[in-house]
Amino acid sequence: MGLAKRKAIYVQYAQAVPLKYTIDKANCIYFIKKGKCGACKKICPTGAVDFDQKEEIVTLNVGSVILSPGFAPFDPTVFDAYQYAKLPNVVTAMEFERVLSASGPTMGHLVRASDQKEPKKIAWFQCVGSRDMNKCDNSYCSSVCCMYAIKEAVIAKEHAGKDLDCAVFFMDMRTHGKEFERFYTTAKDKHGIRFIRCRVHTINPVAGTDDLEIRYITETGELKTEIFDQIVLSVGLQIKPEIAELAKRLGIELTEGRFCKTETFEPVATSREGIFVCGVFQGPKDIPQAVIDASAAASAAGEILSEARNTLIKHKEAVTETNITGERPRIGVFVCRCGINIAGVVDVPKVAEYAKTLPYVEFTTDNLYSCSQDTQENMAQIIKKERLNRVVVAACTPKTHEPLFQETLTNAGLNKYLFEMANIRNQDSWVHKSNPELATEKAIDLVRMAVAKVALMEPLKEAELEVNQTAVVIGGGIAGMSAAKSLAKQGYETHIIEKGKCLGGQALNIFRTPKGEDIAEKLSGLVDEITKDQKIHVHLDSAITSVDGFVGNFKSTISSNGKNDVLEHGIAIIATGASAFKPSEYNYGKDPRIMTSLELDKKFMEKDPSLKKIDSAVFIQCVGSREPDRLYCSRVCCTHSIDNAIELKKINPDMNVYVLYRDIRTYGEREYLYKKARGMGIIFIRYSVDNKPEVKPEGEKIMVGVTDHILGRRLSLEADIVTLATAVIPNRDEKLANFFKVPVNDDGFFIERHAKLGPSEFATDGVFLCGLAHYPKPIDESIAQGMAAASRAVTLLARKKIHTSGTIAETMPAVCSSCGVCVSICPYSAPSFIEETARFFPGKAQINPVLCKGCGLCVASCRSGAIRLKGFDNDQIFAQIYELSKAV
Amino acid sequence: MSHHVIGSVLVVGGGIAGMQSALDLANSGYYVYLLEKSPSIGGVMSQLDKTFPTNDCAM
Repeated sequence: MGLAKRKAIYVQYAQAVPLKYTIDKANCIYFIKKGKCGACKKICPTGAVDFDQKEEIVTLNVGSVILSPGFAPFDPTVFDAYQYAKLPNVVTAMEFERVLSASGPTMGHLVRASDQKEPKKIAWFQCVGSRDMNKCDNSYCSSVCCMYAIKEAVIAKEHAGKDLDCAVFFMDMRTHGKEFERFYTTAKDKHGIRFIRCRVHTINPVAGTDDLEIRYITETGELKTEIFDQIVLSVGLQIKPEIAELAKRLGIELTEGRFCKTETFEPVATSREGIFVCGVFQGPKDIPQAVIDASAAASAAGEILSEARNTLIKHKEAVTETNITGERPRIGVFVCRCGINIAGVVDVPKVAEYAKTLPYVEFTTDNLYSCSQDTQENMAQIIKKERLNRVVVAACTPKTHEPLFQETLTNAGLNKYLFEMANIRNQDSWVHKSNPELATEKAIDLVRMAVAKVALMEPLKEAELEVNQTAVVIGGGIAGMSAAKSLAKQGYETHIIEKGKCLGGQALNIFRTPKGEDIAEKLSGLVDEITKDQKIHVHLDSAITSVDGFVGNFKSTISSNGKNDVLEHGIAIIATGASAFKPSEYNYGKDPRIMTSLELDKKFMEKDPSLKKIDSAVFIQCVGSREPDRLYCSRVCCTHSIDNAIELKKINPDMNVYVLYRDIRTYGEREYLYKKARGMGIIFIRYSVDNKPEVKPEGEKIMVGVTDHILGRRLSLEADIVTLATAVIPNRDEKLANFFKVPVNDDGFFIERHAKLGPSEFATDGVFLCGLAHYPKPIDESIAQGMAAASRAVTLLARKKIHTSGTIAETMPAVCSSCGVCVSICPYSAPSFIEETARFFPGKAQINPVLCKGCGLCVASCRSGAIRLKGFDNDQIFAQIYELSKAV
Repeated sequence: MSHHVIGSVLVVGGGIAGMQSALDLANSGYYVYLLEKSPSIGGVMSQLDKTFPTNDCAM
């Protein structure tokens, strides 16, 4: 980004994949001055530098294409009043991310660019390059900037301390994602971040300093001048011109905002058959949504290619495992330099030399990068040649690299558990940079401990189990149906368990999509397809009453009209949906003219003649959402109400239509609707949560009182109908959560495996998640997540057999006192009592190796010492501690 | 009429979305070509510092 200098030959960052150097042709002397220099070629010990590489055209024959070309952050240079190009302390949010990052140009030290001074006051300007038709053509909302600005402000305060003054200047605060509203409230109330509703026009330098002066108007109309040390421009997302070009070449239609055009019911399909889209090119979105779309696109490609599945993949040849029983340990120690990451601090040859003196160590060496492919191959050769039967790698963290080294062991015919890592980077060279001698000593201690442990390691077995190829989807709404359809198209027998009398869920109650598509028509098409599909079995009026088993082998009892059936399945997808909140405020339920959004949709669907007689309509937003009891945004209501307001205006252009709101959250290209509504004369009046509107039926009319935020005065609106945009509340199902051992958050939504990287699956293996049960979302996002859940499920089903971990707990029944602590403490329900009628050890505890995750909770809590954790046995841990004690 | 279906997919762009698509497809039994313009994969996410809500480093 030009924040710091780098050389003309470089890797992008330390953890880059692949971790290979690249020549920057535009800055390399060899290329600029035609053959002069070339020092890198002379110095490279492996002869990797090749100046003669030519561009090649490669033709690939593929069954499908997925476009995920991403976006470019908006370049704010065109905003001349912000003087981004001139003032060094005006930075983009992307640049600010780098400044906050420990691997960034300032090593995470928060300083401003002009004078390396620690800022005391920082401001964020929202909507730079978004929601703007003046300086750029991006009238859409970029969806992510409000949230990233809050995150940056909170992290900036973490870096600089609580005295740092952070102010965010915004138009509408759009924290519509899962847990975002709570984060916004915490940022405001706990971290003291100031939120000021104003779009600032100009940034002026303060003469004689590097500070920045701005003028803005507060909500009460007061003009203020304030000076900041640094200003961060929250730049939007936009599609690069070359991507728009590419789309043109491919014959793919784009939207007004140059994003890929998609339809609500086929959210990842481009206008060209066989080409799918995901990521920001599909529309401005955050990481979880990009991950959902990505899996959905994979599912969409899988649906059309399923007959060719497994035809082109290559299988690795399995290496037979060497039996090492009875062999004396022969340990190999590989010490990694990690470039200069370790070797820059720790005396690596000394550590390797020392390792030679340790008992059972037969071989030691040091590598430049142990994780590189050639080193891996070399290691496998050494293991075979030196007949090593235990391996220690002293390098980085097992969290990222253990699987890689274990694979090398497997390739060399060694059981992968005969391995130990010593983390001499993250826990040594990185943290003791200023003390190389002590760091070397620490590395020596860590290696000695690892060697002592590995000598006691034994080969561990992994249980192998077959994955039942049948899927169960719980919930027959739009997300569940999409998941089932995708699974069936990819060849899997799928059962839909629906508690209601028909398929369709909430989509049955919605009039049309914001893109104008008729929902009823599309929905009946989908239901038809589901019912006709031979592989899909629909169970209506049904519920799950018990679940046994685990990933690959679930046994669920389905209760349907008093009849119980047991269904065996390999995976389950939870799509239990949500429903509309029925409020007790605003006189709801006391007058038929005061209704919820879905009740208004019903009138539209029935073409209710009374709609033609309306002269005045009021919409009230955030009814039951964004309040202390329900601190989340329901995501769909702003767009829904605005679309309905437009529909009313179409029926009668003379109608007075008011939308009473707190923040308008028409994220992404939904923003166009908001713009259109304002253009049609729909009046938007903002209210605050502590001064809510009042709704009173008075004779022929309903009187709505609201305080106007510009006039600062109470207005009285006469309305014929009042529509309440009520919250989306999950169908909280604790029983189901218990059956599958999956968690539910305070609001009643299920908690996914990872908020960013695992949005459509649970931490429990074999259980997946989609639709409103995850979080409120519109139809296109529900469908995408249904397909995403299917895709994640297919990656498991396709394996046919799965291996469990070898590092799991095991009981010694002879020592067990049957106290039951392990049974009650295990979060995965792995321990159980052996049946009383069993011949051996009745009533003692046993651990199901498939359910056990090796967390060690039961081991630590067993009062009889009857449980051992394989791979972390007492003698192994004690050996390490004993070796550590030698250090002092 | 039978037509020949090719069991491979081209993913254009190696950011978080492209990588996730590629992984899902590869793990489902398809051969994947992942095309990336820059020298390494990871896209914009690799330039971010920490991510909400876990504060995990975006790397």
